Amino acid sequence: MKKKLFLILVIGAALIFAGCGGEKQETLNVFNWGEYIDEDLISKFEEETGIKVNYETFSTNEDMYVKVKSGGSSYDVLIPSDYMIEKMAKEDLLQELDYSKIPNITNISPMFQDLIFDPDNKYSVPYFWGTVGILYNTEQVDDVVDSWDILWNEKYANKILMMDSQRDSLAVALKKLGYSMNTRNETELEEAKQELIEQKPLVLAYIVDEIRDKMLSGEGAVAVAWSGDAMDVILSGETFEYIVPKEGSNFWIDAMVVPANAKNPDAAHKFINFMTDPENAAANSEYIGYSTPNEAALELLPEEMINSDVAYPSQEVIDNCEIFRDPGDFISVYNRIWTEVTIY
Amino acid sequence: MKKNYLAYPYILWLFAFILIPLFLVLFYSVSSKDSSMLTLDNYKRFFDPIYIQVFVRSVNLSLIATLICLVIGYPVAWIIANMEPAKRNFWVLLFVVPMWMNFLLRTYAWMTILENTGIINTLLEKFGFQSLNLIYNSQAVVLGMVYNFLPFMVFPIYSILVKIDKNLLEAAQDLGADKKSVFMKVIFPLSLPGVLSGAIMTFMPAVSTFAISRLLGGGKVTLIGNVIEQQFLLVNDWYFGSALSIIMMGFILIFVYILRKVEKDDEERSIF
Repeated sequence: MKKKLFLILVIGAALIFAGCGGEKQETLNVFNWGEYIDEDLISKFEEETGIKVNYETFSTNEDMYVKVKSGGSSYDVLIPSDYMIEKMAKEDLLQELDYSKIPNITNISPMFQDLIFDPDNKYSVPYFWGTVGILYNTEQVDDVVDSWDILWNEKYANKILMMDSQRDSLAVALKKLGYSMNTRNETELEEAKQELIEQKPLVLAYIVDEIRDKMLSGEGAVAVAWSGDAMDVILSGETFEYIVPKEGSNFWIDAMVVPANAKNPDAAHKFINFMTDPENAAANSEYIGYSTPNEAALELLPEEMINSDVAYPSQEVIDNCEIFRDPGDFISVYNRIWTEVTIY
Repeated sequence: MKKNYLAYPYILWLFAFILIPLFLVLFYSVSSKDSSMLTLDNYKRFFDPIYIQVFVRSVNLSLIATLICLVIGYPVAWIIANMEPAKRNFWVLLFVVPMWMNFLLRTYAWMTILENTGIINTLLEKFGFQSLNLIYNSQAVVLGMVYNFLPFMVFPIYSILVKIDKNLLEAAQDLGADKKSVFMKVIFPLSLPGVLSGAIMTFMPAVSTFAISRLLGGGKVTLIGNVIEQQFLLVNDWYFGSALSIIMMGFILIFVYILRKVEKDDEERSIF
């Protein structure tokens, strides 16, 4: 009996371990937002370097963070946003970049370097940037859109799309009330919660990646959107407009980072350098519609993109916006408030 | 006894992938981020009115879905069970085939049917009717549950109905029972075990779903499954998420136990 048990265990173990090893090709694990890269660039990178890219996507910074933090899978390049980079750097989840391997860094405009979430760009190389604003369909909206208030207008009940993203949705309510989107004042957050709860019956849905489709199909008339998604919708349909409300909004930067536990940091640096090459950055920007921080790439982009107020707003608009900061332990209050909004 | 070793792979599986993870969930549910002491705080937190509200909502919607499944499913099972065997298999197949397709895909399909610019509303508008708000509300979520879990109600009932001895029905009729009494006093009591396992198999996935409420509820109809998902994927509070999962398991266990008890009592009665 015992021998047989032993045999079964050995066979079982052998089967389990047979799955590992073998494959010798160099690989790179990239973890990025959904619909946030021109996938041809991945094949191009693979052809140029012979490194195989495993590409995975997430839909919010928080999803990404939990997956990286829980340590189930290991990635070599991540593309989180500003406040998340600040948080991850604080928690020693990122490694310092070796700029001798990223000569293309000189292409990045000084405007996007040494920003508050990562002074000296120790950990991150900017990938795309943009604002959060209101995307609306002029066929369905006849009011003047210049304030977040439009999202509370009963005229557009069941035509309003909000983001299923904690910081972004709370930021909308906080800005509407005239507070900072980085507030650490619990009463202000409670007020924001009340606003969002009041608004809930008017909202068609809370979504992230589907906002583009729902706007184009006419399902939604007004939506909270990232400028890049807005650009994409505006270029595909003629009746769309995007504005950054006068109360101010969020100015964000998504940047490439290498997690501390990356298995192939060397390839990660190659990838970051590759994506910062002017030609590649331009192709990427043109393909997905987001604004590039890459000065050299700007010259390669079509006029209609560079001259667009949506993709490249004036300095005045940017100055009226805030960058998200990591609230540290205070995040638990944000978590609670957002949970209560979604549950209500 | 000799061939017992054939069970070892399963026992290995049972330990590695069922018991140990279950124990981990249990352990997480009584731990906390801040201290190494065991605590019941995560369970206490559940009794906050806001979570009770979600819980009641989940149970409510799933019970409605289960009931609708029963009302639709029973007659279907009855009709199929009374067909000639050849036809019967064909109809059973028709019920099974959609299940071969990924359930997310089928739920996405409902979105394009129910949307404001979807098939139903486009047709309504074409014929001069007002369009309706069909999606992103609790009715849409119940519809999604009924659609996805209906086969789990039909098959258990069907498999019992098809085995009922037709002589019993004839005997009842010979003794003067009309059609209604035959159904109420013979067929339905005999099919009760099927109804009960159908109810359990429909209710369980319905009460714990998070995908259906996400897609057809549009983030507006939050169920307990969504709260659990949120704890793990967004808030990174595995402790509370685990406690919620354990509470759900406990609840389902009690639900199943009560149903089984009803069934047993019924058997006893039918003997005397």
